[in-house]
Amino acid sequence: MHERLVKAIVEMREAEAMGCVKELLDKGEDPLKIVEQCREAVEIVGSQFEKGEYFLPELIMAGHMLAEISHMVKPVFSKGLEVKRIGKVLMGTVQGDIHDIGKNIVTFLLDANGFEVMDIGIDNPPEKFVEAIRNFGPQVVGLSGLLTIAFDSMKKTIKAIEEAGLRNKVKIMIGGGQTSEKIKEYAGADAYGKDAMAGVLLAKQWVEEKGDEREMDRS
Amino acid sequence: MKERWTEVEPGAKDKQEEQFAIWLSGKGIPFESSEAERIYKERIGLLKDAIQLIKPPRRIPICPSPGFFPIGYAGSTVYEAMYDYGILVRIWEKYCNDFAPDAYNAPTSIVPGKVIDLLDFTLYKWPGHGVSKEQPYQFVEGDYMKAEEYQDLIDDPSGYFLRVYFPRIFGALKPFERMPLFPLIHEMPLVPPGIAPFGTPELQKALHNMMDAASEAIRWANRVRALNGSIMGKGYPTFSGGFSKAPFDVVGDSLRGTTGVMMDMYKHPDELLEACEKLTPFMVRAGVAAGKANGHPLIFIPLHKGADGFMSDKQFRTFYWPTLKKVIIGLVNEGLVPLLFAEGGYNSRLEGISDLPKGATVWWFDHTDMVRAKKTVGKVACIAGNVPLSLLCAGTEDEVKQYCKSLIDTVGRDGGFILSTGAGMEGAKPENVRAMINFSKEYGVCSKTIL
Repeated sequence: MHERLVKAIVEMREAEAMGCVKELLDKGEDPLKIVEQCREAVEIVGSQFEKGEYFLPELIMAGHMLAEISHMVKPVFSKGLEVKRIGKVLMGTVQGDIHDIGKNIVTFLLDANGFEVMDIGIDNPPEKFVEAIRNFGPQVVGLSGLLTIAFDSMKKTIKAIEEAGLRNKVKIMIGGGQTSEKIKEYAGADAYGKDAMAGVLLAKQWVEEKGDEREMDRS
Repeated sequence: MKERWTEVEPGAKDKQEEQFAIWLSGKGIPFESSEAERIYKERIGLLKDAIQLIKPPRRIPICPSPGFFPIGYAGSTVYEAMYDYGILVRIWEKYCNDFAPDAYNAPTSIVPGKVIDLLDFTLYKWPGHGVSKEQPYQFVEGDYMKAEEYQDLIDDPSGYFLRVYFPRIFGALKPFERMPLFPLIHEMPLVPPGIAPFGTPELQKALHNMMDAASEAIRWANRVRALNGSIMGKGYPTFSGGFSKAPFDVVGDSLRGTTGVMMDMYKHPDELLEACEKLTPFMVRAGVAAGKANGHPLIFIPLHKGADGFMSDKQFRTFYWPTLKKVIIGLVNEGLVPLLFAEGGYNSRLEGISDLPKGATVWWFDHTDMVRAKKTVGKVACIAGNVPLSLLCAGTEDEVKQYCKSLIDTVGRDGGFILSTGAGMEGAKPENVRAMINFSKEYGVCSKTIL
């Protein structure tokens, strides 16, 4: 049954996935196990995307099915689920830009790859990023934007992070629409991710480096 | 249903020649001088040669997409350009006078603010109305059509727009919900009850709102028409004469929204395909009507949801391409040239879109590998693009020139190419725009007979 649930989610058969969850719950299955199966399915969907087998429709469908399942599981699910996370990433679209499809893909994939992601949405002024860095303490910040007006907003955001004394606490990546290596330099970011997977790889690499630094500090 | 727009008709080429001839005639344009008229016609000649793929043009035509660039360049705000038609006119004249592109985009995308204010439009945020006065207007994602409404759209697209969609996207037209079902009004006893809803104060008020907005739209259109006359009279043709869309994008952009349409490929595939088929005749007619009215062959079609990453190649070939191809063939059969603006990347689609009649379309690319594009779709179509906005906004003049040189050397010299920007160039440095245009005009000569 568990395998069937994972398979149904991965193969985008929504009705079957929901049927599986209902059956499992009726049988008195531990909801924690159901949630674990969902995570497994999300990881597979994420890796299919990374391989170029899956695209936006599958990520959105998987996200939709997970929301439905969590809705079904919640009433019988009292304790919080502790999942081991490999790092924290703050994601947001910069000021003046209200686009979020690309950012949402990156958020989904970061989550599927084991990151704890705080997504602060669209049209965020620099101070929103600063505040979120203070409260959330991410190792990585992802600035997203589709329009060319995002170039200056990215620059201002990074400047505000600097002025708040937080620049050396985070690695900053930019991506989306018309951004490029050129805009990375212009805005003062650490890296540009040309697609969603590049963003995930950057975050992974930086979190590992930070981990190594901490190891070295301790020794 | 009658199967249409699957084959190119034998007379399509002749019709295209006629359409080009009408455009080239410059009839009705108040030319400033015979020299202006000569340059106007010469520029159209460059575009015609680039498009038809019969011989290389004497030099590569340079037609950047201005976007909101002319506004910032003239020191104005988007708000001013949308609300003060006099300012809009000065902004656009300044852009053409100062940069001399081979074709310009009429400022029809700088929508009159008063019109959308009067309609209380909810599909976008615009300066002073959700975004600051300096910022461009932006689309608000949403599922404006519910998944369970596909059948209503399929049964009666115009009725659905009138009675369901308009009341949702125009606050001032909410009473359109009361509109009758028109096919019922066809027997004498059915007339009085049929027209009765138009007697209600609510619907009358909504109709007046529409009339007020329309009067304003006409005031704006008259100013824009006069402006176009003046700019064309100085020797600059417009880059397109009409607008249409891929049926899938009509559903995905404005009806179901991105999230909705992506899920519909799994949850409502048949309804989605049928809706695209139902919208296809409207997209053909819109392009044909505009092209004929404006005496212009090029019909601008911005493409959105079929780009790299949005869907798999199989999904593209199943859901996106078949009805877009029908729109293309439908326009080509009437002598028109679809100007397909592939926003984002189209690298994974290049083979799929190459199945088109030769010399009948323009593919305008942004983040697509132009060399690969030339080797694939470039065999049957003129390609255009793709100076990156990041370079124009944050690069140097030399970097811009280098990029243009490389484009001309690799994909431009033998014709079938229009040098343009990857997208609307808002935020570009003026000196970079100048460098792009002036350098390419000089370097992009294809044959020794200099223009």
